[in-house]
Amino acid sequence: MSTIEDLKTAVINGRRKDVKTLVPELLESGIEPSALLSQALIPAMGVVGERFKNNEIFVPEMLVSARAMKEAMNVLEPKLLEAGIRPEHTALIGTVEGDLHDIGKNLVATMWKGAGFDVIDLGVNVPAARFIEAIEEHKPHIVGLSALLTTTMPAMRDTVAAIREAGHTSVKLLVGGAPITQSYANEIGADGYSRDAASAVDAAKEALGV
Amino acid sequence: MKYKTLAISDPAKLIYGVAPNPIETRHGMRIGGGLIYPELNFTLPDINIRKEAMPEIARHYKQIVTEALERAAELEAPGVMLEFETLPPMTEHPALGMEIVNILLEGIERAHGKYGLKATLRCTPNDNREFIRPPVMRSGRYWDAMLELFDQSAAAGAEFLSIESVGGKELHDDALVNGDLRAVLFSLCVMGVRDMNFIWEHIVAIAAKHGVHAAGDTACGFGNTAMVLAERKMIPRVFAAVVRAVTAVRSLVAYECGAVGPGKDCGYENPILKAITGCPMSMEGKTAACAHLSPMGNLAAATADLWSNESVQNIKLLGGMAPTCYMEQLIYDCRLMNTAAAEGEASALKMRDWLVKSDAGLDPQAMIITPESSVAIANAIVASPSHYAAGIAAARAAVKILRETSEAGCLRIDAREAGWLDRMEDELDDMPDTEDAFIEEMMEEVDLEKFTPADYGLPTTASA
Ligand code: B12
Repeated sequence: MSTIEDLKTAVINGRRKDVKTLVPELLESGIEPSALLSQALIPAMGVVGERFKNNEIFVPEMLVSARAMKEAMNVLEPKLLEAGIRPEHTALIGTVEGDLHDIGKNLVATMWKGAGFDVIDLGVNVPAARFIEAIEEHKPHIVGLSALLTTTMPAMRDTVAAIREAGHTSVKLLVGGAPITQSYANEIGADGYSRDAASAVDAAKEALGV
Repeated sequence: MKYKTLAISDPAKLIYGVAPNPIETRHGMRIGGGLIYPELNFTLPDINIRKEAMPEIARHYKQIVTEALERAAELEAPGVMLEFETLPPMTEHPALGMEIVNILLEGIERAHGKYGLKATLRCTPNDNREFIRPPVMRSGRYWDAMLELFDQSAAAGAEFLSIESVGGKELHDDALVNGDLRAVLFSLCVMGVRDMNFIWEHIVAIAAKHGVHAAGDTACGFGNTAMVLAERKMIPRVFAAVVRAVTAVRSLVAYECGAVGPGKDCGYENPILKAITGCPMSMEGKTAACAHLSPMGNLAAATADLWSNESVQNIKLLGGMAPTCYMEQLIYDCRLMNTAAAEGEASALKMRDWLVKSDAGLDPQAMIITPESSVAIANAIVASPSHYAAGIAAARAAVKILRETSEAGCLRIDAREAGWLDRMEDELDDMPDTEDAFIEEMMEEVDLEKFTPADYGLPTTASA
């Protein structure tokens, strides 16, 4: 009989086909959807993230695992919703106004999804007003802002200020992008910063105090 | 395919400072005519580009051109190219861009009058078409504003027109992070080639109208994105190296449309293009570490006609403002290479070979643009009947070079990357025979929310 461990291994190895057969099989055997998520999928992505951080695998390999997880989530998500189980944390992410760079931001979104966050990606060139609108709609716990140009760093500063001025004082704001530093993050009043996707999960958890 | 033979078929003739088709500037620089010249690039520090900030922005550019050219004159540079690569709002609002173009042109004329310095300007507007998603590639306000800046800057006296065009990039970033060579070929050789044909026809016409030079493009957003990702250990270096070879097919289209060089600095595919077209090329390497890291800091100079720093912010360093410091570094790099060349062909070749040898064996991306590799890939391209076939041929040639040089012990490939050569070869073996068949297959697979097929003259659905 297949086990939760098999599912975890299948995700780590990016074997989508196996995932596709394992998920219904495990559900049928009586395992709760939430257990599959917390004991197989999230730990699997944790392993993959760790391997990537240690330069054991490349992004394409990491994304194969992410897609395998997504395959499982396609089945699990409706069931979790039915059972009234929502992801513990919701995150918004976007690249600030004037900036089109998104490779780094997309990787951060992937890692956050891997950690079980519900991630809403607002895309690129996102004005402050759009962030605020989305905060009001989705009530996220974290908002990630990305900027890759020195000339869009001011837009990041303005976005942080605008979100705070709009009264959203408790949502945690995380920032990143090549020109961004911890000291810049402190200076503009962000709650967290990470220099790469691999540490973005830790940075988010730290900001959330979990 | 316009080019059926190589302008430089002997790798020993693919060398810095010399191109079969040199270009003369108004103040008498002969690019590709024997000397390698510096090409200085610069950008703003942390500033929000708004109309109200224009006085401060103008002060920055005035300071850059004045101080950097003064240093160039003091160091007796035989000539200098300045590149004004705009920041997006400066192309979106051509009046902002033109304010800077005029400041730079005035600075160039001042330095010519005061010191007799030969300087010239390359204007590189942004390709802002991707600000709309999916991008609108053949019309609209971003397209219009871009052409307007090309036209006005050429009319004002910018002698060289370039761009880092983005056609095909809609699918390419994903192709890279997924290590998907098939999608790379579709982005570069199907979409990219079509857009290059469209955009360069316009740029060449504008250049002709004003008697200036349509210089060239770069697959920066493709090849350098791959390089930066490889540098950060996100994708395999062998994959980035093969992507680089394929980018040459896309960048070549500018020259097929009438561009004459010098090719743009960040196109590390330029040695391949120099072999095919004989046009002079700008390159960047170690002296561009201010902008991005690369594994071929010396090698990049080996075949360059202009030597660039890619971009540096106008900030204060201990030696002076950063652009002035970089002007100095570029001038010293060029001075050394020109001194070697002045001692004759044998010295120049020795110098070139040192530049090549010091990098080539350490990284696949360097190995792919040595003079020998460049000529081999160039040959594969010109022997192909179409851009599609050329892309596959370039990729195959690249895989072969990497395999052979590593087997011969001349190239180090990380153990973790070894399997990727087989993986890429398999993908190439599976490519359909014709471009039409490939397009039909890909139209089933691609995300049609990301681009507009009609903007590329592609069918909207597989069956159409
Ligand atoms: C790829 C690239 C592009 C691609 C972007 C493709 C894409 N879809 O993103 C293209 C070609 C489109 C592009 C365009 C431009 N670019 Co560009 N680009 C780059 C390049 C080479 C790499 C960026 C990248 O993808 N890195 C890889 C990713 C994985 O790393 P990352 O983005 O840093 O993200 C990591 C971390 O920063 C962090 N992170 C990022 N975001 C976030 C967010 C959060 C919340 C957290 C926690 C962490 C986090 O985690 C990520 C994953 O590890 C950089 C060079 C560099 N040194 O960064 C230049 C660079 C950023 N670009 C530059 C420029 C100038 C431009 C253009 C203006 C060029 C032009 N003249 O047309 C345009 C601007 C377009 C626009 N309006 O944004 C300059 C910026 C200079 C400056 N003044 O700031 C750079 C530095 C190159 C240079 N040296 O000149 N570019």
